Amino acid sequence: METTESILDAIRQHGTDTYPEEGCGFLLGTMMDDGNNRVTALHRATNRRSENRERRYELTADDYREADAAAQEQGLDVVGVYHSHPDHPARPSETDLQEAPFPGYTYVIVSVHDGAPEALTAWALAPDRSEFHREEISLRTPEVT
Amino acid sequence: MPTTDTTTVTLRIPTPLRSATDGQATVEVKAETVDAALRTLVDRYPDLADNLYDADDELRQFVNIYVDDDDVRFGDGVDTPLEPGDEVSIVPSIAGG
Repeated sequence: METTESILDAIRQHGTDTYPEEGCGFLLGTMMDDGNNRVTALHRATNRRSENRERRYELTADDYREADAAAQEQGLDVVGVYHSHPDHPARPSETDLQEAPFPGYTYVIVSVHDGAPEALTAWALAPDRSEFHREEISLRTPEVT
Repeated sequence: MPTTDTTTVTLRIPTPLRSATDGQATVEVKAETVDAALRTLVDRYPDLADNLYDADDELRQFVNIYVDDDDVRFGDGVDTPLEPGDEVSIVPSIAGG
């Protein structure tokens, strides 16, 4: 994925705000022809899990539609999702793998330890859904759009 | 409700699946039901099959279908009848740990 430090900071902030529960939301931007996702905006969402929000998150289809509408207004698309791992490494869990939707999205995970953000990583779901591959995060200056 | 075999509806394709639809965000098909619309779509773009359907040929759990603003799960599901001009959206829900 390609993005800016301010976008990454906003993801870290969301994870901090929702600690000790998982925070989640959508990555908005552009899917480029080479398959790379350029993330230029975020759409914060509410963790819809009714219980165990410290270890699970859920975004409903209605949440997706709301994010998609917000993206369209900005001339963007939904290109991925992010969520936090409170007191847990920034690696996809088995649940993340089992419940991930389509390959092609970027999946960002931020680890939050004792309320403070730590590692932030990006992942891509393999086309056969068998595993996540680490995605490189390349930073660019906000002026380049 | 009068329907004919020329009911044309528009399918809205989520961003990552557009690589399978020649980059198109919307695809028009002729179909009388949601199921027929999706099957027609997959016939035309076979690479969509694994993304939409599981090994039992059922829609994957995270795949939600809306006709205009209505989630078909709360109606007749994939048997929901379509009318000309309906917009059928493929909408993922997302979960994890």
